Amino acid sequence: MRTKLIVLAAALLPVASLAAGGGAHLDKANVDVGNRASLQRGAANFVNYCLGCHSAKFVRYNRVAADLGITEQQLIDNLIFTGARPHDTMRIGINPEDAKRWFGVAPPDLSLIARSRGTDYVYTFLRSFYADPSKPTGANNIVLPGTAMPHVLASLQGVQEAVWEGEVDAAGNAQRHFKEFTLTTPGTLTPEEYDAFVRDTVAFLEYIAEPAQLKRRALGFPVIAFLVFFTLLAWALKKEFWKDVK
Amino acid sequence: MMGSTSQAAGNGGRLAALTAWIDDRFPMTKMWKEQVSEYYAPKNMNFWYFFGSLALLVLVIQIVTGIFLTMNYKPSAADAFGSVEYIMRDVEWGWLIRYMHSTGASAFFIVVYLHMFRALLYGSYQKPRELLWIFGMLIYLVLMGEAFFGYLLPWGNMSYWGAQVIVSLFGAVPVVGDSLMEWIRGDFFISDITLNRFFALHVIALPLVLIFLVIAHLMALHEVGSNNPDGVEIKKVKGPDGIPLDGIAFHPYYTVKDLIGVGVFLILFSLVVFFAPTMGGYFLEYANFEPANPLQTPPHIAPVWYFTPFYAILRAVPSKSLGAGLMGVAVILFLFLPWLDRGKVKSIRYRGPLFKFFLFSFAIAFVALGWLGLQPVTPLFTNLARLFAVVYFAFFLLMPWYSAIDKTKPVPTRVTYHAH
Repeated sequence: MRTKLIVLAAALLPVASLAAGGGAHLDKANVDVGNRASLQRGAANFVNYCLGCHSAKFVRYNRVAADLGITEQQLIDNLIFTGARPHDTMRIGINPEDAKRWFGVAPPDLSLIARSRGTDYVYTFLRSFYADPSKPTGANNIVLPGTAMPHVLASLQGVQEAVWEGEVDAAGNAQRHFKEFTLTTPGTLTPEEYDAFVRDTVAFLEYIAEPAQLKRRALGFPVIAFLVFFTLLAWALKKEFWKDVK
Repeated sequence: MMGSTSQAAGNGGRLAALTAWIDDRFPMTKMWKEQVSEYYAPKNMNFWYFFGSLALLVLVIQIVTGIFLTMNYKPSAADAFGSVEYIMRDVEWGWLIRYMHSTGASAFFIVVYLHMFRALLYGSYQKPRELLWIFGMLIYLVLMGEAFFGYLLPWGNMSYWGAQVIVSLFGAVPVVGDSLMEWIRGDFFISDITLNRFFALHVIALPLVLIFLVIAHLMALHEVGSNNPDGVEIKKVKGPDGIPLDGIAFHPYYTVKDLIGVGVFLILFSLVVFFAPTMGGYFLEYANFEPANPLQTPPHIAPVWYFTPFYAILRAVPSKSLGAGLMGVAVILFLFLPWLDRGKVKSIRYRGPLFKFFLFSFAIAFVALGWLGLQPVTPLFTNLARLFAVVYFAFFLLMPWYSAIDKTKPVPTRVTYHAH
């Protein structure tokens, strides 16, 4: 019975169900940094939807192109909208002071967001906006309540409402817990397409957080193979020398 | 194989002539013989004896990778974080050098803790090795400073707040606490000035002290000779040639044996560097991938794992000044081990049940405190930390009693060794 419940819960997980208790429950992003097509789609999503306000100031355009198998011409035609040169880093035109005045907080640089917060956090965050007329942006977020970020992806995802479970605790105070989202205004993408869109974007963020990671893992295997050989050789050498030790 | 002279003679004598030329001016061959090829180590040293040479290897890794990091790192509050990312992204092989250095920091503490535990197991701090032990403990203290100063350099948010917490411990010193904190930081808070001086201490002052202490540690070791798992002094039984009967030349026997240790260590080291450089947030903390922000505290501040046994003791005590004091005592107590131990034998093999009980309780308490120091504070964890802190201190403070009355076993005159 218990196992069945767990299986059921696991099956329902991707659909919704974010428990807002101590910290919001995070869905698994399941990104694959080895999937080049996903990274390329993510790069396009990033420059189209994020790079307007968020910089990635440590990330070089041409490094991205080289790692993702994009030619320099494709890069210039499809990914650079800011007038930057290919060897520039992903900077933005917004003055941080202005941004702070407009949003209350300057949009953070996203170069390392996947490393500092984790991919699950970003993946869940981007799927957890809901309509909240009490906020100046008209939107709030379950993962980061009171976020200054407007729901910039609303045209894709649509607008969802949060459904709350009401409870009255022992002290007689009404408490509410987040139960689920209902999509009230559909966007241009279906929920499945939207999840895939976010997953590609998060995969790209994971890649730019550590561009060396693709090379790092690939290099690890030959290095360790050599070290295993070296250790066996050392072991044989020791055995030979220690024959004299009685 | 033994002397470089006989080998060189086969090469036509030119190398021998060069060796002789140098030996007339510098004691090269003499030093090589005294320290390596005619330094006799007990033949029964087991795997616990790998960690000394491994600590030396990690020291070399840290110095070499450190030199290359310094070439691109910028020790200023404005540029430090960005320069580390520059190393990670734009410097050729920079990511590898940086991960080797960050993994090396944790690896250093792993091998040093195992090296120290070996000394506890086999009584390697006992007479006549008290100074050897003290040099080793000074190395450990300098290493803690080195790790602490180094941790500020990436200028991540955990660097910043970790340094803030640790420097504030000095505020617990009576009367001069506040001035002391200002003196350490060079400012009223952790700032660009603090970063700059920590950089100086990390890259030149402490490494210099460390290298001198390592040389002193090795000189003391080679003067008294290595201890061994039986705790028997091999110099007491010598052959007619004056060589200990249970001793074998460090080179080639232990140089080839240590190569196996080096190989296994480098495999484990590479597994971390190439496949898990953050080690799940234990070697590189996630909050440190955000730049230092004096206005925003990370949700959960914990020092890196190698400091957490002492951090748990600090948190277990309700009073900050008493906690900071006890934390200092917990580290310093190791220095007094040679005089706290009244045991008649050295090795755990011949110790009685009391010593074994206290030593293994201590080992469990040390690991448990280390784990607790990483967890958020809860009433249960605080009480557990208090319990283990008592066990920790009992190991040292009750030692004069239990080591003296313990029922020890007779120690053989020769080491136990079975040829393979």
